Amino acid sequence: MSITVTEKAARHIQKTLDKRGKGVGLRLAVKTSGCSGMAYALEFADESQPEDLIFESGGVKLLVDPRSLPYLEGTELDFVREGLNEGFKFNNPNAKAECGCGESFAV
Amino acid sequence: MALLQIAEPGLAAAPHQHRLAVGIDLGTTNSLVATVASGMARALADDAGHILLPSVVRYGETEMIVGREARAGQADDPLNTIASVKRLMGRSLADADAGMRSHYRLSDGPGMVGIETRAGRKTPVEVSADILRSLRERAEASLGGELTGVVITVPAYFDDAQRQATKDAARLAGLNVLRLLNEPTAAAIAYGLDNAAEGIYAVYDLGGGTFDISILKLTRGVFEVLATNGDPALGGDDFDHLLADWLKAQASLPDDMPVEDRRRLLALARSVKESLSELELTVATCSFSNNVSIQVPVSRATFSELTADLVARSLRPVRKALRDANLGAEDIKGVVMVGGSTRMPHVQAAVEKLFGSAPLNNLDPDQVVALGAAMQADVLAGNRKSGSEADWLLLDVCPLSLGLETMGGLVEKIVPRNSTIPTARAQDFTTYKDGQTAMSVHVVQGEREIVSECRSLARFTLRGIPPMVAGAARIRVTFQIDADGLLSVTAREQTSGVEAHVEVKPSYGLGDGEVARMLLDAYGTGEIDAATRMLREAQVEARRLIDATEAALAADGAALLAPPERDVVQKAIYALAELLETDEGDTRKIRAATDALNAASGDFAARRMDASIKRALAGRSLETL
Ligand SMILES: Nc1ncnc2c1ncn2[C@@H]1O[C@H](COP(=O)(O)OP(=O)(O)OP(=O)(O)O)[C@@H](O)[C@H]1O
Ligand SMILES: [Mg+2]
Repeated sequence: MSITVTEKAARHIQKTLDKRGKGVGLRLAVKTSGCSGMAYALEFADESQPEDLIFESGGVKLLVDPRSLPYLEGTELDFVREGLNEGFKFNNPNAKAECGCGESFAV
Repeated sequence: MALLQIAEPGLAAAPHQHRLAVGIDLGTTNSLVATVASGMARALADDAGHILLPSVVRYGETEMIVGREARAGQADDPLNTIASVKRLMGRSLADADAGMRSHYRLSDGPGMVGIETRAGRKTPVEVSADILRSLRERAEASLGGELTGVVITVPAYFDDAQRQATKDAARLAGLNVLRLLNEPTAAAIAYGLDNAAEGIYAVYDLGGGTFDISILKLTRGVFEVLATNGDPALGGDDFDHLLADWLKAQASLPDDMPVEDRRRLLALARSVKESLSELELTVATCSFSNNVSIQVPVSRATFSELTADLVARSLRPVRKALRDANLGAEDIKGVVMVGGSTRMPHVQAAVEKLFGSAPLNNLDPDQVVALGAAMQADVLAGNRKSGSEADWLLLDVCPLSLGLETMGGLVEKIVPRNSTIPTARAQDFTTYKDGQTAMSVHVVQGEREIVSECRSLARFTLRGIPPMVAGAARIRVTFQIDADGLLSVTAREQTSGVEAHVEVKPSYGLGDGEVARMLLDAYGTGEIDAATRMLREAQVEARRLIDATEAALAADGAALLAPPERDVVQKAIYALAELLETDEGDTRKIRAATDALNAASGDFAARRMDASIKRALAGRSLETL
């Protein structure tokens, strides 16, 4: 199993990384919070940690800490437009329930 | 669905900045709601300033009343006034609590027992939902907004069915359950966070209807439950019943009192009991129907003596929990007292005697569970700054072992009792017969080694296994228990990826006493089980050898064996098969006959091996090997 990004997401990540001018990739994490128990975090990564697991997808490096990995395994990161908003969306096979706003989920 | 943006390192925003989250202690006797405001947990009072909401619902002619008023009217309308409904959660009529049966008109229904009331048939889930709704309204009025999520506490001993029923009740009340939390664990959260205490603690929770004991390890804000035990049918109510019986005898009241009078007597017993926690002596005074009234003096000493057995009964699970955690009473740094019944002086004294130190009382025993639940809700709702929440990890345990039925009716335990949850555990199984394309998975709960002695939770079948020789398929069965203690089981054949899955939507129905019985049984019968297990294993092994040998004979017997050789093997098969059929159950004999068949077919097996190697090598040159 692994973590992947869609083509659209990869393009967008690459673009924002280029614009930012630095960073080794993207960090995906899961934090315990939110109304369904867990919440995603999406950050630029300036350096990788020794314990990080690194996935490559669509030419983008994805860094995941081992604590978050079980909750993210198999996840696909997509970039979508909804109405006036654009942003990232996690397609996570582990998520059983999402809160109404989708900011947090439960496994 | 909110879309996420990429943040700078370390700056990913916590979602839901200000969320109203509460903790609810849904008790047998009393329920209450608490929240964290400005970093402090506090219980929320109703308009009249009461914090405890009696867990009583009265279904009236036109309206439904919850709480104090409902309890006050209990004697006037006993059949439509539902108290202690927690005792019926997740139960069928067959295993409904005897006390509840004598007080209410219970009926069987799909999945769960029902209570016949003036307002129709009510399930325990619906009655609990009415209590929860009342607390929700109180919280929303007092916090001035809609609740985002709640943490609801349940006794550590609640099984899957009872937990599911509690979740269902919350959903019915329009609440979003962040998670269910064991009551003693919630108490420890309140205790540990308030005091920053480290070490190993016991939480002794004697409420109205249930008794729980938990052994917990607290280290720098991390809670680990080392063991839990308890008695799901022991609480303040039992003290009330004993005292009521005694009062009835003292005052020569008739055995066949009307239901209203029995209620009055129980209410009297309870108030006498509670005042004896403060006073050495009191007089039980009450009037019943037909102008009967009583006046009986009761001393604390009399009451203590009368109920000494109940107190002693609570100490047994305490010792068991200590044993499970491999600890002695001297290892316990402190005992946290939870539940209104721990106010009784003789309970305090017994606990002090067992542990050799005075129990900890500085938290309100009525509120401590709800306060802990509120703190957990606060964390789960994301109201805490990250960093502090990252260290705030909660470990809980599952109270009964979970496993699978294997050949011969044996239980293979996958998740042992007292494992910390959430957890996922996997074990590999294989096919038993050549060409087997399906495997049935039977999930059981309990401590015994024999399936029929455990509780059946679910069955499902994994189909579409590619045909292979026996033992070649690799079927990984994964048990996953979520933070609420609910179970899902997945079976997956590794080479083909076929998968089957079940969520244990538990068949409501493990009797209160049954959890206790299943635990007790496991202690007394370890040796018998081990013997039975060896026998079954021998039988399974024997059958497998017979099947394999017969299959081999059918395939290669004619080609590789001379008729007399073939006879020898066949005879050994018959001998073993006969032994299995007579159902004699002699492990030694079966093993001996199995060995004999192994010996008789040894040559044949070797020849088959040679033949198959030859076949494999045919047409290949040495270089390609
Ligand atoms: N002062 C007191 N002395 C003795 N018993 C008391 C006192 N105050 C309350 N109780 C008893 O405590 C019990 C209620 O305790 P509590 O509110 O903790 O139970 P609960 O949480 O509703 O029940 P459970 O934990 O079984 O679900 C009742 O039996 C009540 O009579
Ligand atoms: Mg309680």
